[in-house]
Amino acid sequence: MRHIISILIENESGALSRVAGLFSARGYNIESLTVAPTEDPSLSRMTLVTSGSDEIIEQITKQLNKLIDVVKLIDLAESAHIERELMLVKIKTSHDTREEVKRMVDIFRGKIIDVTANSYVVEMTGQSSKLDAFIHGFEEGSIIEVVRSGPTGISRGEKGLHL
Amino acid sequence: MELSGGHILVQCLKDEGVEFVFGYPGGSVLHIYDAIFHQDEVKHILVRHEQAAAHAADAYARATGKPGVVLVTSGPGATNAVTGIATAYMDSIPMVIISGQVPSPVIGSDAFQEVDTVGITRPCVKHNFLVKDVNDLAETMKKAFYVATTGRPGPVLVDVPKDMTDPNIKVPYKYPKKISMRSYNPVVTGHKGQIKRAVEMLLTAQRPMIYSGGGVILGEAHKELTELTQLLGYPITNTLMGLGGYPATDKQFVGMLGMHGTYEANMAMHESDVILAVGARFDDRVTGKLAEFCPYAKIIHIDVDPASISKTVKVDVPIVGDVKPVLEQMLELIKDSKIKPSKSALDSWWQLIQSWRDVHCLEYDRNSKVIKPQYVVEQLYQVTHGEAYVTSDVGQHQMYAAQYYHFDKPRRWINSGGLGTMGFGLPAAIGVKLAFPEANVACITGEASIQMCIQELSTALQYHAPVKIINLNNRYMGMVRQWQEFSYESRYSQSYMDTIPDFVKLAEAYGHVGMLIEKPEDVRGALEHAFALKDRTVFLDFITDRTENVYPMIEAGKGHHDMKLRVAPGTPVDRELS
Ligand SMILES: Cc1cc2nc3c(=O)[nH]c(=O)nc-3n(C[C@H](O)[C@H](O)[C@H](O)COP(=O)(O)OP(=O)(O)OC[C@H]3O[C@@H](n4cnc5c(N)ncnc54)[C@H](O)[C@@H]3O)c2cc1C
Ligand SMILES: Cc1ncc(C[n+]2csc(CCOP(=O)(O)OP(=O)(O)O)c2C)c(N)n1
Ligand SMILES: [Mg+2]
Repeated sequence: MRHIISILIENESGALSRVAGLFSARGYNIESLTVAPTEDPSLSRMTLVTSGSDEIIEQITKQLNKLIDVVKLIDLAESAHIERELMLVKIKTSHDTREEVKRMVDIFRGKIIDVTANSYVVEMTGQSSKLDAFIHGFEEGSIIEVVRSGPTGISRGEKGLHL
Repeated sequence: MELSGGHILVQCLKDEGVEFVFGYPGGSVLHIYDAIFHQDEVKHILVRHEQAAAHAADAYARATGKPGVVLVTSGPGATNAVTGIATAYMDSIPMVIISGQVPSPVIGSDAFQEVDTVGITRPCVKHNFLVKDVNDLAETMKKAFYVATTGRPGPVLVDVPKDMTDPNIKVPYKYPKKISMRSYNPVVTGHKGQIKRAVEMLLTAQRPMIYSGGGVILGEAHKELTELTQLLGYPITNTLMGLGGYPATDKQFVGMLGMHGTYEANMAMHESDVILAVGARFDDRVTGKLAEFCPYAKIIHIDVDPASISKTVKVDVPIVGDVKPVLEQMLELIKDSKIKPSKSALDSWWQLIQSWRDVHCLEYDRNSKVIKPQYVVEQLYQVTHGEAYVTSDVGQHQMYAAQYYHFDKPRRWINSGGLGTMGFGLPAAIGVKLAFPEANVACITGEASIQMCIQELSTALQYHAPVKIINLNNRYMGMVRQWQEFSYESRYSQSYMDTIPDFVKLAEAYGHVGMLIEKPEDVRGALEHAFALKDRTVFLDFITDRTENVYPMIEAGKGHHDMKLRVAPGTPVDRELS
């Protein structure tokens, strides 16, 4: 099963490589990893998407917790949560297709943020599956470039992951 | 007090109560060596290879329970130490390694003797630090000792760029008395409810087994373990790392378990209905084929590291905590409990175990005209009255040591179990001898292993660490040869060395005593003579049976009940000489 693990980690130079190294050394699956500073400059937030059996996910969370730099973590899959990913897509357009592309973008609640005679850049956020669906809605060859941030997430309700 | 970084490091070691630093100098640590020169409280032991510095510090830690300390230079100094660091990591040994680094302004420029030490060691340390500000040095050292010695212990490396120890830059020094880290809080006491469940399960068992490991030694819980085991009257087995955690000569001890464990220990594990695993990590050398591991048992597991629990074997009652307090909590509950172990169930269980013991799986040919390695270890045991500190290298000799030297006390058996590092034995013996100058220290080794750190004979002389080297010289990499005999139709590919040095002359060249022993009747006398030479390192070169194998053996992919024995069960063994 797919799991989103949200980690608060000391903002130290080697912290990212400790996490990445753990996954490669132990052969765990890693689908995406995002890192950014938090409101507390001494901490970073990592969001990691992985998949595996329950036993493997249990080991992954235990091994992550064992890293000295990891302060706290939660497996978002264990409770209700919201997941979002940002995508920027460059799409080929022509006189004939511009309207159609714009309609697609509207349906998916995206935004066109750059326009040339032959292309649009579209910005879109949502669940990863929605972004996939948008991409699949285009013919092969009409997408020039796709840039995705990887998912990030937060739990529902009033509780948060902090110190 | 204002000090430069080099002096701060040495002062930290003093404040930490460090007795010995095992190290080797080089460019990036010269400021530190100059600070060492100015004092004699912390003694520096100059090894002959950085791997040996790590092994000696590691063994010092295993024997004393105090963290070992290593000091190496950048680049090759650090990479040479890696094998020793990984050895300590795999066996959870507390150690602090200070490595020099090129000056911070040139880090990343492929400077002379620059390697990414923090990167290279990351997977084989509990944690590591790169010091970026001399003002952080003392606190970083405190954190290093704290992390290395608490929770599940392990090596911690502090990488110190040369400019951090610049004698011209002095900063206020204060060694923190205590430290807390928001990201690191090892669990100590166990969950009460789980402990209660565990005790109930234990007391109602029909065929109980206690399986204890290195965690009991590391957690200083041998007294509690012994009390609990004897209170219950249950059989107990130890892992290779757990030997000495329970007295081996006691009647409840059924020997080591696992690949080269006893028939009775492995059979008892296989047939058991409740297993109490204490500070052991279900290593593959212990479990054999996982699908066939302890098919009838419910398992209780006490471990300070949550990641050790249900890693390979799913357990029924996990207890995360430090062995000592958890065993104390259990003892209290057992004493207060109305449930008592069933005497009749226990009697028939012990009867069954006796029938396995009757196989005498460790019996060997005592009429042999060539020296049997087992015989040497048995004689060593007698000559040293079972009181020696025994270090070993890796191979068949290591297994004979574990099987035939009966350890009644913890911290006496010093070997590399997890990484299985050849070359460990001699520097380890030196580390132990420095810690306990009055004790007998024997290094059981093989002619292949000993050559991996043989240069340390020189260190033993310089620091007057007289150890006895018991070389079980079978002219083969015996352990490799054994596998090749069993699994490769005796194709002995590269497991034989054509030219083996004259160890007697070699020992003499290093200033020690060398002895060659070729006949069984000379074994005892040679050992007695060697141990009588109290202040000399003696290299005893025993020419042993080339074809001897370690039995019992669970071959790869087999279960506990599927052991290869020297003699099939039921075959009468000639026991006249025993
Ligand atoms: C040639 C060769 C053959 C071998 N054959 C065998 C064999 O036949 N049988 C065998 O047993 N081994 C054998 N080994 C050794 C094997 O590889 C492992 O090293 C060993 O089995 C591990 O022992 P352990 O389970 O006691 O764990 P250790 O490595 O000693 O780990 C200790 C465990 O205790 C925990 N712990 C530490 N401190 C505490 C504390 N204070 N409180 C609670 N828990 C704590 C740790 O988290 C860890 O899980 C062999 C090795 C070699 C090189
Ligand atoms: C550094 C290292 N390299 C290789 C091995 C693999 N290995 C395990 S035992 C062994 C042979 C050891 O031979 P020897 O020291 O003569 O001991 P014996 O088995 O003959 O008693 C080897 C090569 C190892 N454990 N460590
Ligand atoms: Mg050999």
